[in-house]
Amino acid sequence: MPAPITYLDHAATTPLLPAAQAAMAHGFAIWANPSSPHRAGRAARAALEDARARIAAALGWTGEVILTSGASEALAIAITRARRPVSAVSTVEHEAVLRHTGPALRLAVDQVGQVILPDPAVLGGLVAIQHVNNETGVIQPIDGIYEQVRAAGGVLLADAAQSAGKLPLPPADLIAISAHKFGGPAGTGALLVRDWALLNPGGGQERGYRGGTENLPGVLAMAAALEQGHDWMETAAAMRARLDAGVVAAGGQVIAADGPRIATIGAIRAPGLAANAQLIRLDAMGIAVSAGSACSSGSLRTSHVLTAMAVDGADTVIRVSIGRETTAADIDRFIAAWAGLVAGTRR
Amino acid sequence: MIYLDYQATTPLAPEAREAMLHWLGGPGSDGFANPHSPYRAGRAAAAAIEVARDQVAALLPPGGRVIFTSGATEALNLAIRGCDAGALAVSAIEHAAVLDTARALDPALTLLPVDRDGLVAADVVIPAGTGLVAVMQVNNEIGTVQPISAIAARAHAIGALVLCDAVQGAGKLAMPDGADLIAISAHKLYGPKGIGALWVRDGVTLDAQITGGGQEAGLRSGTLSPALAAGFGAAAHLCTTLWESDAEHVDRLWIQARTAFAGWALNGSATARWHGNLNVRLDGLDAARLMSECRTVAISAGSACASGSGRTSHVLRALGLSDKEAKNALRIGFGRYTGTEELDEAMAAITAAARAQGLPA
Repeated sequence: MPAPITYLDHAATTPLLPAAQAAMAHGFAIWANPSSPHRAGRAARAALEDARARIAAALGWTGEVILTSGASEALAIAITRARRPVSAVSTVEHEAVLRHTGPALRLAVDQVGQVILPDPAVLGGLVAIQHVNNETGVIQPIDGIYEQVRAAGGVLLADAAQSAGKLPLPPADLIAISAHKFGGPAGTGALLVRDWALLNPGGGQERGYRGGTENLPGVLAMAAALEQGHDWMETAAAMRARLDAGVVAAGGQVIAADGPRIATIGAIRAPGLAANAQLIRLDAMGIAVSAGSACSSGSLRTSHVLTAMAVDGADTVIRVSIGRETTAADIDRFIAAWAGLVAGTRR
Repeated sequence: MIYLDYQATTPLAPEAREAMLHWLGGPGSDGFANPHSPYRAGRAAAAAIEVARDQVAALLPPGGRVIFTSGATEALNLAIRGCDAGALAVSAIEHAAVLDTARALDPALTLLPVDRDGLVAADVVIPAGTGLVAVMQVNNEIGTVQPISAIAARAHAIGALVLCDAVQGAGKLAMPDGADLIAISAHKLYGPKGIGALWVRDGVTLDAQITGGGQEAGLRSGTLSPALAAGFGAAAHLCTTLWESDAEHVDRLWIQARTAFAGWALNGSATARWHGNLNVRLDGLDAARLMSECRTVAISAGSACASGSGRTSHVLRALGLSDKEAKNALRIGFGRYTGTEELDEAMAAITAAARAQGLPA
C-alpha cells in the first residue's frame, strides 16, 4: 500500500462516505432485479423507489428523477431526447455537453467566467448552462438566466455535477448530477426532470426514459451520501480562504478570485511553471491535485474554460479542490510544497 | 426464498464483492480515486480497470477490444446506433434492448424468424443491402442457442456487420465465432449491476453515443467506476476458471428439473439450449396466479423487464404459441449457487400450486 496521500482533487471524485459504504453493502445483499415480479424483485424495487424519493427529498426536488450511470449519461439523455433542439450553451460547459451540441450557439463568458446574457432570441430552445464550473468553481447566475430562458419560452438544462449535494439546486428544468462528486459511488447519477413532457421517451426502465437494469447498490449509496447534507461548506470556505491566502503569499494568482465561486474549488496559477510540471512534482510529494478536469488530464490541451475567460498563462494553472474531510493541515502541506515549487522557478 | 430467476439477474459472487471493496474506499484510503486522474492513486485505479478489462476480454474472442458501459442495454445501443448501418435485420426473439432500438432506427427492419424450437435457421435469408444483423447467442426467455457462426458467415457474405447479444451466454459458453460486436452484462454472470461491455472487433468503427471526457477510447464518456470494473473482472475471471464445473452443475439441475416436470411441455429446443433455463408450460395453467401463490419461490414468466406489463411474450409468440399458451408458461432459471435440495423444494411447491389449479402437474 502506498503512503496516504494529501487528496485535494475532490472535483475529480470524492471518497465514498461511510454512510454510502454501508448503503452499498445493504444493496449488495438485496441483489434481485428490481423489474422482477417475485418477492425478491419487489423488495429490490421498493428499495429503489424509496431511494429515489430520498434523493429527491434530500435535493429539495419536486419533479421526476431518472437514475443513470452518471452525469455524462444524464446530459446525453437530456440533450438527445429533449423535445426542443439545443439553441445555446455556454463556452465553459463540460465536454459532456459541448460534444453533444455541435452547431448550437456558444455563449461567451466574462473575465470571471460568468455567462454574458445574450439576445433572448437565442434562448428559446434547449439552453445548457452549468451551475458550477468544474475547473474554476465559478457559479453561474442561474436565477437570472432561468428567468430569461423561461421568458423566451426555452428549456434550461443545468449541469450540476459539481454543485449537487453542496449547494441548493439551481432553478432549471433539467438537472444532471453525479453521485461520485458528493461522496457517493462512481457509476451512478441522475437526470432531474421537471416534467416528463420535456423529453421523448426511450428505454424500458425508468418510466420508459432509460433502459438497463438499475444499479441498486449505487442508487442506495447516492441517497445516503446526499442525506449527509452540506453543513461542511462553511469549513470548506475557510479552507479555500486559507488556500487563496497561501497562494497569493507565495506569489501565485487565484483565477476568478473576485467571482462568485463554490468553496470547494480553487484554480491557481504559478506564473512560469507548467501545470504538468507542477502535477508531477506534487504527485511525487504525495499530493493529488489536477490540471483542469480529470478527463482531459494528460492531454496537454489548453483548457477551453481558461481560454474562454482570457486567462493569461492558462497552461500554468492547476486545480485544487476541497472535500468534506479536508483539514487546515492538508492545505498547509499543499501550500508549503507548492510555494517551494514557485520559489524554485525564481532562483 | 428460493431464487430460480438466474436470467433476470444472478447473485453477486462473494469473490466479486470482495474485489470491489478496496475500490469503494472512504476518506484517507487510496481506493476511491478517479481512474482518469494522472497522479498515483488515479493511476492505480486505472491499472485496476485494465486488469479487469483483461479478465473480461478472456471471455471474449481475440482480435477485438472491450469497451466498458453501464450495462448491456447501453452496449447494445452503442453498437446499433453507433454503427450507422442503415437497413437492419434482427431475430424475432431479440431482447427489447435490441428490438426497440433497431425499430427506432429502421422501422422497415427485417425480422429473422425462428422455428418452433426457437432457433433461427443457419441458412436464414438476409436481404441484400442489410447493414447490420443482430442475433442473440442465448435467448433470455427460453435459453435457445443460436447458430451465430453460420448466420455471421451469411451476413458477412453480403457485407453486413454482425451484433451478438451474448448477455445470457457470456461466462457460461464460448463466445461465437464471426460476430463483429458482442454485448455482455456483469450482473448476469455473478458480477455487479451497473456495468457491462461492448466487444468491438478490430477495424470496426463506431460513433460514440455518450460523449464528453472521451474515456474508453472516445467511445463511451463518463467516469468509470473502478469498483464496478473490478467486480466485473473478478466475476469474469471466476467464470473462466469455473465454467466446466458450472456447466456440469447446471446439467445435473436440468435433469432434476426436467424429471420433476415430466408432464410439462418444454418451450424451445432441449438440446440447442443453455440448460440453466427451463421454460415450460402446462395447458390451462394461470402462470401469473401460480407465481403469486408460490411466494417462497422466485421465478418468472418471461423477461424481468416485461414483467407486469401484461404483454404476451414476443418470444413465445415467435415460436408459434397462441396468446393463451404463452400465458401458461413459466421460466425457471438456475445456476452456480442453486442447490439440489432447494430445487426439489421449489419444484414441489410449483407442482402443488399447479395441482391446486386442478391441473395434472
